[in-house]
Amino acid sequence: MLAIVIITILIGMLIWRLAYLQIYKNLMYTTLSTKNAIDLVPIEPTRGLIYDRNGVLLAENIPVFSLDIIPQQVTNLQRTLAGLSRVVELSDSDISQFRKQLKQHRRFDEIPLKLRLSEAEVARFTENQYQFPGVLIKARLMRHYPYGESFSHVLGYVGRINTQELGKIDQINYSASHYIGKLGIEKFYETELHGKVGYEEVENDASGKPIRILKKTSGTPGKNLYLTIDSGLQLAIENAMSNLRGAVVAIQPKTGQVLAMVSQPAYDPNVFVVGISQKDYQALQQSDTKPLYDRALRGAYPLASTIKPYLALQGLNSGATTPDYTIFDNGIFKLPNNSRIWHDWVRNGHGKVNLSRAIFSSCDVYFYQLSSKMGIKLMDDVLDEFGFGTLTGIDLDGELKGVVASPAWKLKTRGLHWFPGDTTNSSIGQGDMQATPLQMASAVATIATRGHRYIPFLLLGDQEPRKEYVTHQPTQLNVIAMRDPKYWDVVIKAMQNVIASPQGTAYGRFGNGYAYTVAGKTGTAALSRRRIPDEMDKQQSVPEKLRDHHLFIAFAPVDDPKIAIAIITENSNNAIEVARAIFDYYLGNKPHVVRTPQITPEHNGT
Amino acid sequence: MLYEHRKSRLNTTVHDSAHRSFWQLIHIDGPLLAFLILLCGAGLLVLFSASNQKVHSIEYQGMRLVLAFAVMLLFAQISPFALQRWAPLIYAVGLIMLTIVLVFGHIGKGGQRWINLGLMRIQPSEIMKLAVPMLLAWYYHKVDLPIRFKSVLIALPIILVPAILIAKQPDLSTAILLMTAGASVLFLAGLSWQIIASCLALLTACVPFAWYLLYDYQRQRVLTFFDPERDPLGAGYHIIQSKIAIGSGGIFGKGWLNGTQSNLHFLPEHTTDFIFAVCGEEFGFVGTLILIMLYMLVVFRGFYITMNAQDTFSRLLAGSITLTFFISFFINMGMVTGLLPVMGIPLPLVSYGGSSMVTVMASFGILMSIQTHRKLVTT
Repeated sequence: MLAIVIITILIGMLIWRLAYLQIYKNLMYTTLSTKNAIDLVPIEPTRGLIYDRNGVLLAENIPVFSLDIIPQQVTNLQRTLAGLSRVVELSDSDISQFRKQLKQHRRFDEIPLKLRLSEAEVARFTENQYQFPGVLIKARLMRHYPYGESFSHVLGYVGRINTQELGKIDQINYSASHYIGKLGIEKFYETELHGKVGYEEVENDASGKPIRILKKTSGTPGKNLYLTIDSGLQLAIENAMSNLRGAVVAIQPKTGQVLAMVSQPAYDPNVFVVGISQKDYQALQQSDTKPLYDRALRGAYPLASTIKPYLALQGLNSGATTPDYTIFDNGIFKLPNNSRIWHDWVRNGHGKVNLSRAIFSSCDVYFYQLSSKMGIKLMDDVLDEFGFGTLTGIDLDGELKGVVASPAWKLKTRGLHWFPGDTTNSSIGQGDMQATPLQMASAVATIATRGHRYIPFLLLGDQEPRKEYVTHQPTQLNVIAMRDPKYWDVVIKAMQNVIASPQGTAYGRFGNGYAYTVAGKTGTAALSRRRIPDEMDKQQSVPEKLRDHHLFIAFAPVDDPKIAIAIITENSNNAIEVARAIFDYYLGNKPHVVRTPQITPEHNGT
Repeated sequence: MLYEHRKSRLNTTVHDSAHRSFWQLIHIDGPLLAFLILLCGAGLLVLFSASNQKVHSIEYQGMRLVLAFAVMLLFAQISPFALQRWAPLIYAVGLIMLTIVLVFGHIGKGGQRWINLGLMRIQPSEIMKLAVPMLLAWYYHKVDLPIRFKSVLIALPIILVPAILIAKQPDLSTAILLMTAGASVLFLAGLSWQIIASCLALLTACVPFAWYLLYDYQRQRVLTFFDPERDPLGAGYHIIQSKIAIGSGGIFGKGWLNGTQSNLHFLPEHTTDFIFAVCGEEFGFVGTLILIMLYMLVVFRGFYITMNAQDTFSRLLAGSITLTFFISFFINMGMVTGLLPVMGIPLPLVSYGGSSMVTVMASFGILMSIQTHRKLVTT
């Protein structure tokens, strides 16, 4: 009997326990059980494509086979890597990239070891796969830039997310992403291009192996971007600039759309997607020709004589000069109480010079005199109005704002007072004046529109897959007004004569036989005679490096400006010829694209 | 306790002998057989789901059950008298085999529990699970009841020597079952409260010493029992996952074959020691109650047989068999629900495989024999 009593008590305890677990605590354990079995696996959204304004594909995603390693499943990493190198070609950079990634990822993540396997390598590995537990071949999409170097400075590139970026991004949205825009459009429009991560609800067993997919919440692919760039024009410019160092920016004056943005030399962005080795990167970085340096956006050049149209406008507007005011230029200018002599670029001067002639013959003495009448304040004012010394606000990161030299600026940066001679130097765009080709193009576009300013921009429109195309509207800035609108005509007419007048500085080099009206202004940033003594000393043994930088700003057609350009050719006087090629291409019957895209790019592992 | 019933029952058995049924002729206890078939059937149902619907493991288990039922029927034919006569010999042989296993175990590496006879492997500890209560019943049959302190002292080595040998294999869980089987005989023989109390006190006093005798993994299990969360992916994993499985079952369960915990392998040993958790997950509170009810039907039938037994040997043996069966499934359910530490004791007749199944069924054969041989005693 006692036994039965005890048994009943024990069974009672057991049933009470079961009731506690299954009824009272049921909700808690149900939650735990669901969490146990179901895992959310993020799906990487497809990155948006980048097109030019005519729908030419500039950045695409191509399917590649990559060799991935799951570190957790590899017993001896060293031996596995050694074994793999016998099956597929592994470069030092692959291995060092992999080791870097290894530190940044969790043990059970798939880490790509080699991104682009050739078909032969895929076949070889598949045959030997049994030898390499934890190593697998994965098909993935890789960013590819079909034109290689051609748009590198505009597009930038994507690369693997590094530790620093990891701290800034939305960890959840990037949970499946390996790449992020590092430069250029790829970086600026990262959010649009990336899209939103999707999820799969996967039922796992206890070892984490997926058994079946329960639910798929697809993310949103990135938006396709359409750039303002005209790839035909860009390629034509690159063609004209081949063998030259420098930059060209072409802007549609009435909107601010950037039609072309070239910085030469360039680099192949595809190398960065695969992962560039330290050695190759250093080689690029330390190269004399600075291919990584975006001259169009970050190159700071003296404005040189291209400053003259802006100062002429201010001279007229402020009443410091009139269209008819004439000086006699004997090649020499002196400031009162100052022994220093300023020379004209023509040794004996231009003789009788009015404002128009001062522009098309680029008379220095006229502007020396004008500047001493106007003073630095009025000069800086007009430069500020045209956007020099401030960021243009283009949709790219890393833009430089250049320098509009002023007494306050000089005191702040140098700790020195402003001298009247500084004003004289500024009047021909020398001294401390600095501007980027982008600023120069934007400013000359403003002359073309007679004072209507637009923020230069690259994104023409975007389109989310299966949605409406969205056009981006230009942003207009405040209009630059002249006391008398006729002043624009005076200056623009003078700029036309830069090319058209036999005494114009671009007359010979621009040549004849063009079917459009064009206005421009030349400039010469002298490196050896007057400026930048440091560079002079350093580069004395390299004659080419001592040659002047040549600038040319221009727009056409004059009455209905369709394109405004700024050109810098470093240590070369080919800027005007490049301008001719650009206008001929853009305003003539556009010839076919000069270079065809690489359909199957060749860089296997190197 | 049960001793009191003997005299009153004697009269009725004479009356029973008048009509011996067909079942009694073939020495089968109908109700017990029915309950066992129900229980094993329910077990197969749970096992099919727990094994991820592997038909071949059901076939294996079914074959084993058929074999075990055959063994049961075989044992049912052996009269309690024969068992009583052979009890000392069986015990001696079992003890020798245990020693042999232990010696070979030391020569080989790790735990050795079997003697390989070529055709079949014999696990001496399973023989001892029957031999110990048999010998004790045999002994107390000879001495006067209720038992005195001296006869308890004699019982101690009978239980402890094989228990220690088995614990050395090391197979602590079987050793525990063996001791409970032995202790149940003492209990049924009418052990006085004082002795039970002093034994419990002695056991409690032994706990610190026992701690040093335990192997690391055994200590781990005890510690984990008190705090499963201290090692959620190690030793505590079993308990946590099994509680999740049972708890998530709710009142009516997730349905047959729909348990995620077991089908997705979160629950370890879900076909063997932790199969009760699968039942809890898929059939819920109602399902576990039904399973417990089936077990209790067997237990109550066992007690019924015990109370009807005509001599001390039969009664003690039947009671011990019933109690041991109860304790083994109670320990298993207690451990799976987190009431008791993890002890590696399978759920009798439901867990996959296990040589213990044959032993359990053999013991039910003895129960049947005790029930169906009664008339022969009186006629």
